[in-house]
Amino acid sequence: MTVLQVRNLHKSFGGVRAVADVSFSVAAGELLALIGPNGAGKTTCFNLVNGQLAPDSGSIDLQGKNLVGKPPREIYRNGVGRTFQLTATFGSMSVRENLQVALLSHARKLGSVVSSLEQQTHAEADNLLQQIGMQAQAERPCAELAYGDLKRVELAMALASQPRLLLMDEPTAGMAAAERTELMQLAADLARNSRIAVLFTEHDMEVVFRHADRVLVLCEGALIAQGTPAEVRASALVRQVYLGDADLEPGHA
Amino acid sequence: MRSLVLIALLVSSSAFAQTIKIGELNSYKVFPAFLEPYKKGMELALEEVNASGGVIGRKLELVTRDDGGTPGDAVRVAEELISREKVNVLMGTFASHVGLAVSNLANQRKILFVASEPLTDKIVWENGNRYTFRLRPSTYMQTAMLIPEAAKLKKKRWAIVYPNYEYGQSATASFKKLLKQAQPDVEFVAEQAPALGKIDAGAVVQALADAKPDAIFSSLFAADLQKFVREGNTRGLFKSAVVFNLLAGEPEYLDTLKDETPDGWWVTGYPWKEINTPEHRKFRDAYQKRWKDYPRQGSVVGYAAVYTVANAVKRAGSSDTEKLVEAMKGLEMQTPFGPIVWRPLDHQSTMGAYVGQLSGKGGKGQMVNWRFADGAHFLPPFEEVRLLRKD
Amino acid sequence: MSFSSVLIQFLNGLASASSLFLVAAGLSLIFGVTRVVNFAHGSLYMLGMYFAVWLSERVGFWTAVPLAAAVVGFLGLLIELGLLRRIYKAPELLQLLATFALLLIIKDAALWAWGAEDLLGPRAPGLAAAVEISGGAFPQYDLLLIVLGPLVLVFLHLLLTQTRWGLLVRAATEDREMAGALGVNQRWLFSSVFALGALLAGLGGALQIPREPANLNVDLTVISDAFVIVVVGGLGSIPGAFLAALLIAQVKAFCIGLGFSKATLVVEFIVMAAVLVIRPRGLLGREATIPRGPGAEEPPLRPLSPLLLRALAALLAALVLLPLASDGYVLVLLTDVLIFALFAASLHFILGPARLHSFGHAAYFGLGAYAAGILYLQAKLPMELALALAPLAAGLGALVFGWFCVRLSGVYCAMLTLAFAQIAWSAAFQWDGLTGGSNGLVGVWPAAWLASKTMYFYLSLLACALAIALLWRAVHSPFGYALRAGRDSPLRAEALGIDVRATQWAAFSIAGLAAGIAGALYAFSKGSISPEAMGIPRSVDGLVMVMLGGIHTLTGSVWGAALFTWLQDAAARNVDYWRAAIGVSILVIVILLPRGLATLVQKRA
Repeated sequence: MTVLQVRNLHKSFGGVRAVADVSFSVAAGELLALIGPNGAGKTTCFNLVNGQLAPDSGSIDLQGKNLVGKPPREIYRNGVGRTFQLTATFGSMSVRENLQVALLSHARKLGSVVSSLEQQTHAEADNLLQQIGMQAQAERPCAELAYGDLKRVELAMALASQPRLLLMDEPTAGMAAAERTELMQLAADLARNSRIAVLFTEHDMEVVFRHADRVLVLCEGALIAQGTPAEVRASALVRQVYLGDADLEPGHA
Repeated sequence: MRSLVLIALLVSSSAFAQTIKIGELNSYKVFPAFLEPYKKGMELALEEVNASGGVIGRKLELVTRDDGGTPGDAVRVAEELISREKVNVLMGTFASHVGLAVSNLANQRKILFVASEPLTDKIVWENGNRYTFRLRPSTYMQTAMLIPEAAKLKKKRWAIVYPNYEYGQSATASFKKLLKQAQPDVEFVAEQAPALGKIDAGAVVQALADAKPDAIFSSLFAADLQKFVREGNTRGLFKSAVVFNLLAGEPEYLDTLKDETPDGWWVTGYPWKEINTPEHRKFRDAYQKRWKDYPRQGSVVGYAAVYTVANAVKRAGSSDTEKLVEAMKGLEMQTPFGPIVWRPLDHQSTMGAYVGQLSGKGGKGQMVNWRFADGAHFLPPFEEVRLLRKD
Repeated sequence: MSFSSVLIQFLNGLASASSLFLVAAGLSLIFGVTRVVNFAHGSLYMLGMYFAVWLSERVGFWTAVPLAAAVVGFLGLLIELGLLRRIYKAPELLQLLATFALLLIIKDAALWAWGAEDLLGPRAPGLAAAVEISGGAFPQYDLLLIVLGPLVLVFLHLLLTQTRWGLLVRAATEDREMAGALGVNQRWLFSSVFALGALLAGLGGALQIPREPANLNVDLTVISDAFVIVVVGGLGSIPGAFLAALLIAQVKAFCIGLGFSKATLVVEFIVMAAVLVIRPRGLLGREATIPRGPGAEEPPLRPLSPLLLRALAALLAALVLLPLASDGYVLVLLTDVLIFALFAASLHFILGPARLHSFGHAAYFGLGAYAAGILYLQAKLPMELALALAPLAAGLGALVFGWFCVRLSGVYCAMLTLAFAQIAWSAAFQWDGLTGGSNGLVGVWPAAWLASKTMYFYLSLLACALAIALLWRAVHSPFGYALRAGRDSPLRAEALGIDVRATQWAAFSIAGLAAGIAGALYAFSKGSISPEAMGIPRSVDGLVMVMLGGIHTLTGSVWGAALFTWLQDAAARNVDYWRAAIGVSILVIVILLPRGLATLVQKRA
């Protein structure tokens, strides 16, 4: 079942083409990686989908609903969760409170001025904490957490709204190799279990080839290849784009 | 917070019944130029009264407070004077809005308030009340004192400049009304109302010059006045126009002008050096002896204010508020400016002011051709006042 | 207006612009690099005037001017080394508090040193007369000023673009962390920038003495003008400051020239509001990196601990019992404390959890107070009803103003709130028929059954304690979390579907409403209401209270309000130079307890 359908996306900045005629789709439970060398347009492409940028033309449909031109919070309301390249959590709140805010926002209960936080979402938050294996750190302020833990909290916050699509921007950037796999495995498991479609950009080819179901390769704004990791790895064109014809074996990217 | 409570509990509410307590509050830090001499005047009077044995066998005691220059703080300070210091009389205030706020409180708390400095007409008229009496000649009175000279000149085109708040506004309104009565063909060709303390003097002078007035009425004072004078001198505004300026002859404002003092301006003020009536000479000598300094307008006001309370107590034979209020009505007393009467009708004293012309001879500002204007002659008819007062 | 008068008004505008630019340039430079909102900048200007007048009598005008500027520059250096250096790492706005304390101290120091009388300086020898320009007279000295402004602009431009020092300054202005990473010696850079800024302020003041007497009120006038210009021009932009000075000086000159002199009371704030609404970063301001100083990381906001709650309950009980044991004045003073505690708590509600900086919170205090007075006196409503309805006016005002303010951030937002507050203030000041003009409204007394000090104290206690409790509750409600979420990470909040602006807007309105309750109570406690209730000093008082108490805690604003009100009362009664005494007390607290009084309470609790 297709969750996200992107058609003929175009975006230029002051005459410079950043994304040209890109089309792709993501199915429920599928992990789709968006890769390409620096400046290939993957961040632009990603930001077009999450609403931080508006495309010049093209359509972005989430299960039949058009997302083009909608601000991030409406895109969220349509069932899209996301994580950031530089983690964005609420530093002055505890881990549990972070999740409670996410849960309350999903339930549209953040408007209440007098009720208390605990009553409603304590258990639900703990449930999420369990899924990411962080029950022990529930009370700690996010500002004190290690980077890897923050990434996990972010993931849980993104999943709190039970999204149909999860967007992850460089999810493993800045992490040690062992942590990367751990985090991606966690994300992949959670997504597949809940049949969430995942679109992510990633620098680390090992992560891409290990966890993605499908890979899109962008170069100079255009989609030059797509397919399973094996297919993409085998593509001569892709090899050429990436550093002439350097080895695309895992771990050498 | 805890310490506050402690203090609150420790404060004893004892009051010394032996002295007559005057609770004086004023904006000492906001208008220090006027109020430091004022304070000296008060203290001189207090020492004189007490040296002569006090009144009705009791000494006068002065409790002074800074009112912070805002009505809200002033009211709190007045409350403190009333409830903690248990003063018999409230006295003081400078700015009109602070005076009105304290007058309003005095009426609520039923205590005599001798408003020494504020000039606003409202404090004795529209907002006048049973407990408030005002010493200084009001804005209206001082404006009226300039009218005879203004009308005599038969100048047709008048421009007006005033600080944009109640004092300046009501001086302007009174001046226009009174001059129109005295000289119906008068024309007001320009009006400039810069914000108090923020006059953009160059632009204001130019705008006034554009209107080509024969004469100018100004109620500027302090820094605004100095800026106006210097720009006007430089740009030649005063060559072609006679200027009338309220208050500019008061030493507080005049002395700072030094060699900029414009010749020939008509002003109200206080030529302290030249007034040689016995009552003024006595005051001046005592003041100079006590403070090694010459008296300013504020000194006279502070001095007369303390004597007002002393005389009221003497007349009432008691420090009871209601008796004091009755004693104030129609009280006749001596001041350095001569005898005054406290009008029963509106609680305004008939204290006068000196009207004269400025002269910058010798690099120091002074008043020449001056005469004394008795306040009693520059008040509107009784019927008019009665209509204004609500009580 | 004839051509001649248009020309001369234009030249007047140019001369004023130059004077304004000198002060504003220094302020902008200091803010750009150190992020310190230097409240004492006008005081440095004032010192420049006094030193110049004093030195003129000894060494002559032309020597006195540069000398005075140098002296003030050196003083600036001392201030930076002795005070500011200690508190760069403290929470945002704390520097504002420290420089506010400096303002108080400098004012009293000047009074002590030079006395109360205004000091009219000499005319500039050689430029004392006027020249004839198109039939009108124009002072020669003003021509010099007209030239000097652009000269200083060029000098600063060269300094910033052609020297290594300038490069560092620009780097620090654009990205402080980056400059730090580049190995810039920040300590030396900050000191030199502050000294240069102070020198410019001193120069501005010294150059002004042929046009204006040195006087004690000039500090506040100048600082508010300078703030406006810096913000209209765009923070940190020197050419922007020049442009803004030009714009505002010309608008003022022509207001006067065209006969709208009354508008000068507020016109610069109207210009500022208009500029900020259209260009949220001023005329030439750039999208700056979010100023994340060391103080920007927000610590967790802990709920009141059981111990603290018990202490608060005990305090409340003590307050309830107090009237049994006190003279009337304690009740009067505590009524003030309660009202200001609510005012400060309402300000904290947007300052802390939302980090919406407001320099104009008094607007809502004043709106509440005026509404109470007007409903009671003009609409003849019963006092109880007037008191109940008045806060709605404040809430409504906050709703309208807030819509614009939440679209801005940081100091820009603060200055827009200030602009709105000044516009509201000038409306109160000039609308004689409704507000009583500069005198205000008199005779706003409580109903007979509430008129006694004890009853009014109980009323204030009930209303303020309840409103403060509700505000505190709201901070810990889901709404409060949404608010803090928008503060901690707007990106994340929006990605979670939180409308950050709408949340802030609601908070702004709630804070306005609460300030309005305080204002209405204030009006009836004083019996009168005047424009001061919504003036800049009242807004500053609110900030001082919040910062004194500690912005990162819930109860801080209450302690801050209590201390500050008590300090003002006690100092004004017992000390001659009470402003300086308050200033020194604030400095001591700032240095010893940079996170506010509440840290004391918290440690115990």
